[in-house]
Amino acid sequence: MSPPGLASAVGTRALERLDASLGMQAKPATLACHHCGLPVSEPGRWTVSVEGRERETCCAGCQAVAAAITDSGLQDYYRARDLPAAPQSEPHDSSGRSALYDDPDVAARFVRTEAGLCETTLLVDGLRCGACSWLLEQALARAPGIVECSVNLASERTNLRWDPAQVRLSELIDTAGRFGFTLQPFDASQRETQLRESARTRLRRLFVAGIGMMQVMMYAFPAYIAAEGDIEPVYASLMRWASFFLTLPVVLYSASPIFRGAWLEWRRRSPGMDTPVAIGIGAAFAASVWATVNAHGEVWFDTVTMFVFLLLGARHLEWLARLRASRAIDALAAATPQSVLKVIDGAPPQTIAAARLQPGERFLVGTGEAVAVDAALSRSAGTFDVSLLTGESRPVNYAAGDRIPGGAINLGAPAEFTSLARQGDSTLSTITRLASRAAAARPPLLTFTETVARGFTIGLLVLAALVWLIWHQIDPAAAWPIAIAVLVVSCPCALSLATPAALAAASATALGRGMIATRGDALEAIAQSTDVVFDKTGTLTRGEPTVTGVALLGALDRAACLDMAAALEASSTHPLGRAIVAAARAEGRSHAVAASLSTVPGEGVEGLINGRSYRLGQARFAMSEAARALQAASCDPPEAADHDSLYSEVWLSQDGLPLARITLADTLRDEAPGVIAALRAAGLAVHLVSGDRGKVVHALADRLGIASRHPEASPANKLVFVQALQAQGRRVLAVGDGINDAPLLAGANVSIAMGCASTLARTSASVALLGNRLDDVTALRSLALRTRRITSQNLGWALAYNIVAIPAAAFGWIAPWVAALGMSASSILVAGNALRLLEYRRRSTRLSSEAG
Amino acid sequence: MEALFLLIPLSVLIIAAATWLFLRMADQGQFEDLESPGHQIIADDDRPQAGPDLNRQ
Repeated sequence: MSPPGLASAVGTRALERLDASLGMQAKPATLACHHCGLPVSEPGRWTVSVEGRERETCCAGCQAVAAAITDSGLQDYYRARDLPAAPQSEPHDSSGRSALYDDPDVAARFVRTEAGLCETTLLVDGLRCGACSWLLEQALARAPGIVECSVNLASERTNLRWDPAQVRLSELIDTAGRFGFTLQPFDASQRETQLRESARTRLRRLFVAGIGMMQVMMYAFPAYIAAEGDIEPVYASLMRWASFFLTLPVVLYSASPIFRGAWLEWRRRSPGMDTPVAIGIGAAFAASVWATVNAHGEVWFDTVTMFVFLLLGARHLEWLARLRASRAIDALAAATPQSVLKVIDGAPPQTIAAARLQPGERFLVGTGEAVAVDAALSRSAGTFDVSLLTGESRPVNYAAGDRIPGGAINLGAPAEFTSLARQGDSTLSTITRLASRAAAARPPLLTFTETVARGFTIGLLVLAALVWLIWHQIDPAAAWPIAIAVLVVSCPCALSLATPAALAAASATALGRGMIATRGDALEAIAQSTDVVFDKTGTLTRGEPTVTGVALLGALDRAACLDMAAALEASSTHPLGRAIVAAARAEGRSHAVAASLSTVPGEGVEGLINGRSYRLGQARFAMSEAARALQAASCDPPEAADHDSLYSEVWLSQDGLPLARITLADTLRDEAPGVIAALRAAGLAVHLVSGDRGKVVHALADRLGIASRHPEASPANKLVFVQALQAQGRRVLAVGDGINDAPLLAGANVSIAMGCASTLARTSASVALLGNRLDDVTALRSLALRTRRITSQNLGWALAYNIVAIPAAAFGWIAPWVAALGMSASSILVAGNALRLLEYRRRSTRLSSEAG
Repeated sequence: MEALFLLIPLSVLIIAAATWLFLRMADQGQFEDLESPGHQIIADDDRPQAGPDLNRQ
């Protein structure tokens, strides 16, 4: 092992020097993975031969993908790409879930069949640049039976047509997997069609306005340069009529959303940005038509077309930001549960595809899991979180027999359900509701800017009317152009356009990095927070503990204890519970089955096995007072062997008497010290609260330098702690994970749930981090600060601009076309400024590969 | 100067034709992905296909 490793390490250094001298690497000091660009921590371990040269990769996953690429003769990819590929954590597992998609019932949801060929659109994860889309196309096109394969880089989708007799969809998905791309079906839906339709319509309107503007300018140009009387009236009239015919479609077609918006604002009696704009366009156009027909007076066709074009351009920028946000939501919705635990009489429950579940069949849902389809509670009453569906943030109680909507999350004990509808009827509604909830959320900042915009608009309309009246006394001919200039020059765009665009762009950027803001005010609140409260397990630590020891205290042996504990934790989503189940499985024991399970958050779980009551959890929960006192006397603390390990322990008891003490180890996240230091450096107070034992918590807090630590805190205590901070006027950001933290996350001003968070935590937090990285917390905070800075810049600019421009227009110093130009330029400036928040994924990739 | 009576209506017609052409192209979805087609044409693989067989083995 060691000599070849040494040899290739030497070869590696030579390559590294070569690469550095060719300027191929940003940081010559570390060796970058040939595939994904991340640093290689173990040179020589994972090498791959590309075009006859040994290259280093950072992990087995990247090695496998790079090998698949070169073995297929697609190594051109490495030459053509301009960004490193998506990092692979582990080699693609072809035995996995994709076989599910061959099921005709599952496939029926997203595969269309036509003339013996199947067709579907799939979401692609892992596309970075044009070369990636080429690679994926080539890889798929080489599969037998593929008729057509196109990859759309912009929407991150691929369209496949294949012959089902020659190849199965699962094989295509696995092929893509070998090349490092994840294909996910999603409900090829009206939503997508609508989005595409909307994108086309916007582009058409913009084009019609643009070409109209260019040509009308040409007709207007002679009138600008010619002296009075230079152009014969008949030619002037000809130009005007031509301008009229080209302006007509611009006003009627391109500007129709503006007029529709103004009409809606009028019906709601709340004038916004569209009202003055629509009046300005309408008045200028009407006056110009009047002048054209009567061959007398001034025309402003050029002003109208230019204004419409520039305004639509500014709004297009804003729309792009929203589009990216909703695309990311689609990808999220594709991750809703695809399998259910079906109950079969006289047999153990069986995992089947959710789409195969028929109405009337029964299935089990564990604590913290989502109900896959619309279903009725079979026996007991239960508590559910339906916030994903209705926006109702409080848990809702349902009685036995009540209809539970698909997507509701079970907060109570594991329960049995009878399905009422097929999955296809539930999932789509979840997708659309989630999307519309995100879009409809009104952060306080937006409500504020809208109120200001409304007052602004009303004031403006009154001012324009006054200006017209006054100028009518002074110079009747100048009254119209000046009033139009006043209407057109004013720019509430920083309020009505740029603030929503900034928020949408920021949340799209967050989504692109796997951070999902579930509330509109999340970023604002994060920027304002003064205190950060961390949970320990799964947050500062990896949250993937393993069982390191079982101290036997009763009659049962190790395997039996683990078996009992696993039965109690069978449906748990808590990391400790999962670790126990995994340990029991490794011992190879058949499963005992626990009945009437109930979870006491922060304490433990209890249930009946073979008619006897078992408890698993904290010492005070699992054991009676007397047994605990007895234990305290004889119990020796677990030895602190490994410096990197942090111990937890749970107790298993039978009827209050201890059976075993199970020790679990969890390790600190590598990025945790850096994140804590960065937060403290930014002037935030950092606190640590945990349900874990004092010793563990103090050891961790000492290593991280956190002074404020609160061990053995129950969920209620955590909430009290947060409320005490809030009572001192602090604004609390809570970072947590799992069921234990739900009250903490809900009670804080703003909350972040870490990746591998159970579904419950994901929806009760303001922001859910899908990626399992703690440094996302600091990334999110800097994004929030940037959003706030850009929003204030925009508001400041709008204030300065309007203070200067409106009086100037009212005094008649600004011609309507200058007003239109000024307003449009201001709109584009603020919208463009807002779009700076839209960090395209390629850039974040580069950043993270540099940082990593 | 009388030519303007012909040229100006003609320019209006040409603009109309250009707009119609553009609308047709937009309907065909030609503007939806502006990046990957460029790569497709450059990176088109016209060498003999040795790769897939290697892969099969």
